[in-house]
Amino acid sequence: MKEMICIVCPKGCHLKVDENNDYSVTGNACPRGAEYGKNELKNPMRMVTSTVKIEGALLRRCPVKTSVAIPKGKMFEVVQALNSVTVKSPIKCGDVIIKNVAGCEADIISAKSM
Amino acid sequence: MFDIIVLGGGPAGLSAAYSAWKAGAEKILIIERDKELGGILNQCVHNGFGLHYFKEELTGPEYAQRFIEMLKSTNVEVKLDTMVLDVSENKVVSAVNSVDGFMTLEAKAIILAMGCRERTRGAIAIPGDRPAGVYTAGSAQKYLNIDGYMVGKRVLILGSGDIGLIMARRMTLEGAKVLACVEVMPYSGGLNRNIVQCLNDFDIPLYLSHTIVDIQGKERVEKVIVAKVDESRRPINGTEMEFDCDTVLLSVGLIPENELTRGAGIEMDGRTNGAVVFENMETSLEGVFACGNVVHVHDLVDYVTAESARAGEAAAEYVKSGEKNAEIVTVKNGEGVTYTVPQKIRRTDNKFTEVFFRVNRVMADSKINVVSNGEVIATFKREHMAPGEMEKIIIPKKILDSASAEITIETKCEG
Ligand SMILES: Cc1cc2nc3c(=O)[nH]c(=O)nc-3n(C[C@H](O)[C@H](O)[C@H](O)COP(=O)(O)OP(=O)(O)OC[C@H]3O[C@@H](n4cnc5c(N)ncnc54)[C@H](O)[C@@H]3O)c2cc1C
Ligand code: SF4
Repeated sequence: MKEMICIVCPKGCHLKVDENNDYSVTGNACPRGAEYGKNELKNPMRMVTSTVKIEGALLRRCPVKTSVAIPKGKMFEVVQALNSVTVKSPIKCGDVIIKNVAGCEADIISAKSM
Repeated sequence: MFDIIVLGGGPAGLSAAYSAWKAGAEKILIIERDKELGGILNQCVHNGFGLHYFKEELTGPEYAQRFIEMLKSTNVEVKLDTMVLDVSENKVVSAVNSVDGFMTLEAKAIILAMGCRERTRGAIAIPGDRPAGVYTAGSAQKYLNIDGYMVGKRVLILGSGDIGLIMARRMTLEGAKVLACVEVMPYSGGLNRNIVQCLNDFDIPLYLSHTIVDIQGKERVEKVIVAKVDESRRPINGTEMEFDCDTVLLSVGLIPENELTRGAGIEMDGRTNGAVVFENMETSLEGVFACGNVVHVHDLVDYVTAESARAGEAAAEYVKSGEKNAEIVTVKNGEGVTYTVPQKIRRTDNKFTEVFFRVNRVMADSKINVVSNGEVIATFKREHMAPGEMEKIIIPKKILDSASAEITIETKCEG
C-alpha cells in the first residue's frame, strides 16, 4: 500500500494505492484521482526543464525542455546530458537540441528564441 | 503625448498593452528596465504556465514569447533598458536610459505593471551571524537560469513558497544536495503539485511548524539550527536540529513594488501592499490603472494576464471617453478573508463583477457569503480553500444592484 497526494486538482486528496490489488485506489474524491494514483505507481512521468550554454546571444543560458514527459527515473540522466551542450545563436523556440535524449522517446527543445 | 504608457514589460504590462491596442488605443509605449521583455517569466524556466490561458503547459520564457510575438502585430512601442523614476499626479512619467538620457513623457492614461520583489532576510529578521550564502530563492534562480551558476552545494530552504520549491528541484537536478525545506506555518505556502514534484520526488523533507533559530559561519554559512515552533510561532526549546550547509535560500513571500505608486499619491491597501483598485483596475488617481503582481501577488500568471487585459481595455476606454461617474460600492473583508481585489466597485452596466480574494487558513467544505446590511445576498460553495490559492467569485449585476453602498465578503467553514 502506498500513500500519496493527488495533484490533479487543488483539493489534494490523500490517496492509498494498493500495488498488490491491481493498483486499486482509495481516498480519491473523483475518478481522475484513481487514474493518477495508478500511473504514479506504475509508470510515473515528468517533464524536465533546464538550461544549456548559448554563444552569441544577449544572455549566456538558453532555457530548454523535454518535448514530452519522460520516465521519472531518467530525470538526472537527462539533465546530465545537457552539461556538455553548447548551442549557437540564433536559435528558435521549439528547435531540437538533442534528439532522443538519454534514450527516451523525447527530444530536448529550446524554450526561447535567442 | 502618448495615449497610454505602460510601466513594466512583464506578463502584466504585455497583456495590458496588447488589450489596450485591440480596444482601439493608438499611441502606446511600454517602458521596461530590463534588457528584454517578459519580466520574471524569463528566469522561470520550469513549466506550469498557461494551463488556463493557452490550455497548454508552457515554460515561463515560452509564455512570455507568445505575448511578445502578439505585440509584433501592433504598433505598440517599447523602450528597454529604461528605468522609470517617477510618475506625477498629472500623468507625467520621468524615466532614464543611456540612449535618451533623462526624459519626461506625457500620457492620457498610465498602467502600472511593475510586478513585485522578494521579501529579504531583514524583513523577517532571522537571528544569527551574517555570513555569505544567504540568498532569496528568486535571486538564486536568476543566477542559475540566466547567468548559469549555482549559488551553493548543500542547501537549506526557509519558507515553502513556490519559488523555493521550484529551486529545490532545480538545484537537486543540477547536483546540489537540498537538505530540507522549513516552513513556520502548519501548512505549505506553495502549490500541492510543487510539494509533490519538487520535494517528494527527491525525498527532500518538509518541516512544517519549524523555523531557523540560528545561522552560523564566519565568512560563509556553515551550519543552520532549525527548531519546532508552538502555536504562536515561538521556537520550542529542546527541538533543535542541526544542518551542515553552505547555503540558505529564503522563499518567504513577495511584496508588490509600489514606490512609484506611492510617489504619485495613489491610495494604497495595507493588506495587499498594492493600490486600492476599482473593478476595472483603475486606482484612486483618475486615468491611472494597475495590474498584475504590483496590485496583489498572484500564484498563476494566467490570472495576471486576464486581470491585465481588463486594465488595458479600461485604459483604452478612458482615453476614448474619459472618466465614468457612478455610485461606488465598497468591498470589506469579513471572517476568514485576508484581502479582496477590487476593493471598490462602480455601479456600471457590467453584467457581472469578478472579485478575487485570499482566505487566511485552509478550509474544507465552506461557504463564501456576500453580505449587505447584515443580510446574505449571495452564497458560493467551495470544497477546498487555502491561503496559497487565490479564490474568485462572480457577482451578477442583479445582486450588486440589490446591495447597499458597502458589501462584505466572508467565509463560513462547515468542514
Ligand atoms: C519565481 C517565480 C515562479 C513562478 N512560477 C509560476 C508558475 O509555475 N506558474 C504560473 O502560472 N505562475 C508562476 N509565477 C507567477 C507569475 O510569474 C507572476 O505572477 C507574473 O510574472 C507577474 O507578472 P507581472 O507582470 O505583474 O510582474 P513581473 O513579471 O515581475 O514584471 C514586472 C516588470 O516590471 C519591470 N519594472 C519594475 N519597476 C520598473 C521601473 N521602475 N521601470 C521600468 N520597469 C520596471 C520589471 O523589470 C519587470 O520586468 C511565478 C512567479 C515567480 C516570481
Ligand atoms: S482525486 Fe479528484 S478531487 Fe481529489 S485531488 Fe484528485 S482530481 Fe481532485
